[in-house]
Amino acid sequence: MKNSINNAFKIAKKENRPALISYTVCGDNTKEKSLQILNSISKDLDIAEWGIPHNCPTADGKDIQNSSYRALQNGIRLNDIFKLVKRFKKTKPSKPMILMGYYQMIFNYGDKKFIRKCKEAGVDGLIVVDLSFPDNKNFAKLCKKNSICFVQLIAPTTTVKRMKEIIKSSHEMIYMISSISTTGSALKYSIKRIIKNYNVIKKIKPSKNVVIGFGITEKTISNLRSADGLVVGSAICREITRSLKDRQNPVTNVSKLVRKLKNKII
Amino acid sequence: MIKLKKKTPLIDQHNKFGFYANKFGGNYCAETMRKPIEDLSKLFEKLRKDRKFLKKRDHYFKNYLGGETPFFKLENLTKHLGGAQIWCKDVSAINGDAHKAYHATVNALICKESGKRYIAGDTGAGMFGKNLAMAAKKMNLKCKIFMGTKDISRQAPNVKFMRDAGAEVVPVDSGSKTLVDAVSECMRHYVSNCDNTHLAVGSAIGCNIFLKICAWSTSQISRELKKQLIKEFGEIPKLKLINVIGGGSSALGFWNEFIDYDKKHVELIGVEAKYAAPLSTNAKVAVLHGAAQYCLTNKEGQIAETHSLSAGLDYPGSSPLHGLLKDSGRARYTNASDKEALAAFKLITKLEDIRPSLEPAHAWSECIRLAPKLKKSDVLVVNNCGKGYKDKKIYIEQLGYYPK
Repeated sequence: MKNSINNAFKIAKKENRPALISYTVCGDNTKEKSLQILNSISKDLDIAEWGIPHNCPTADGKDIQNSSYRALQNGIRLNDIFKLVKRFKKTKPSKPMILMGYYQMIFNYGDKKFIRKCKEAGVDGLIVVDLSFPDNKNFAKLCKKNSICFVQLIAPTTTVKRMKEIIKSSHEMIYMISSISTTGSALKYSIKRIIKNYNVIKKIKPSKNVVIGFGITEKTISNLRSADGLVVGSAICREITRSLKDRQNPVTNVSKLVRKLKNKII
Repeated sequence: MIKLKKKTPLIDQHNKFGFYANKFGGNYCAETMRKPIEDLSKLFEKLRKDRKFLKKRDHYFKNYLGGETPFFKLENLTKHLGGAQIWCKDVSAINGDAHKAYHATVNALICKESGKRYIAGDTGAGMFGKNLAMAAKKMNLKCKIFMGTKDISRQAPNVKFMRDAGAEVVPVDSGSKTLVDAVSECMRHYVSNCDNTHLAVGSAIGCNIFLKICAWSTSQISRELKKQLIKEFGEIPKLKLINVIGGGSSALGFWNEFIDYDKKHVELIGVEAKYAAPLSTNAKVAVLHGAAQYCLTNKEGQIAETHSLSAGLDYPGSSPLHGLLKDSGRARYTNASDKEALAAFKLITKLEDIRPSLEPAHAWSECIRLAPKLKKSDVLVVNNCGKGYKDKKIYIEQLGYYPK
């Protein structure tokens, strides 16, 4: 499955739409429920992203903090996450799975052991929020060696010089942070400005798949459909929170939301 | 064993990635923060060599913070314990009541130089928050202070001070509702506002540049102490410098000028709170708030909750610079319980005129343990780094009184 991330983008491109990428927290609100949610929404997804919950998430807004908190309350551990990924990949082997987390969780587990476990479980890509360039060079190499895509991030504050270096050392997918913010706040910049930033990245290396994330909701998603891919995270986490609060089934509600998101970009 | 470099300031002993001894520190932050912290690093490196800026800093330290803080012998306590001579570097006499005054003032000055109009900081005991609020007011900056809701209620006098000085106090109700959560929330605020806001991290923690600015600012304490020691003794006598450790900003300032001395000559002793003691309980290295450091975690790597009566010490991590000092063997670390700190306060205030806050009361506790075992020729100096009035309510609850 070496190129399953690339394949996902190819398929979306063929259908003339951006790839849809979900972000949910593994274990939210229970281990089984989070797998059920992912299984249910995966038919509308091109790539699935699962967060590794950490109790000190300095780049996340309230929604993802809540999801992480619920998952941790229910006792999720890294080894559980690997098991759940394995189960997911067993039924959906061609659906790319990206794990996203903070470096402390990986550091504590051991870089090499973590990557080996990811490979065994069938993880296709990794995003480590607080392991930025150039500190991530060795880790990225280790990922590549194990056929795992290490996803670099580019922010609105990233200079063009730095951007070029990041892109040069990047693998097949790059994550562009839409505006200066934590996850889940409203888009701070105009769509025009976001697309302009996106085009700067694409121009440097058109062959890289660039996805946009942070602040993407049902309202904003269609305006950004010219991107290679779009990540929706906090909006989904918020829907899980709402469902639990209203004693509704998060699986059905989240599936409906993801279907709506998909309809806005086809 | 890690070796420290002689004649190189401790804060500058890092590699190009911001790591000390390839192990502590670094810049574990979101990509969004990279450019702002790089800009800040450049600005700081320029300013610390800029004579005009240094003059300005010294002017503020002298005229706004009140100049040199006193250094004196505690005759009664020395007599009572019957061992080493006990001296007090009374940093709490500064305008602003704690060493955080240096750090807050320098941050406000840097913010001014950077052209940013907003400044944001975290606080536990409220000492940094209060001093940042004061400095921001003085320099016409808009100030936001992030503080855990548990700390807001236990350090109410400082909160009132911050608000009166015109700062916005942002209550943080997540997690343990203490300093660790306040720092996280403040960093989130910075990630979202780094284009117009200067981040003043409240201790010698965080990405490389933040801990450098902090330790550089508080080092004023040891510059003064060195002069005061020579004036008093004609030389640097055989010393033990005892300091409380939360994040570790006051100790770094208290010790800075003495790092190059042999530890048999000048011994450095850090005292943590018993249930927030990563350095003295063999905690693992973990990544917290942007840096690798000794930090309390659970087996899975989640950051552990801590417990201390003292809000300023209620923090699971420690400065990467203290990791460096510990692993190089230059400093040693121990801890004191709430009870021991309270007992120290009781004894000190009975015999002497100083009123330490709960934080330095931990250092006094170690001093009281140590002094009787030492000779008269030994000199113990304790950094009395915070004034006790902010803990008046807690002292009354715990001891039944607060001395006049």
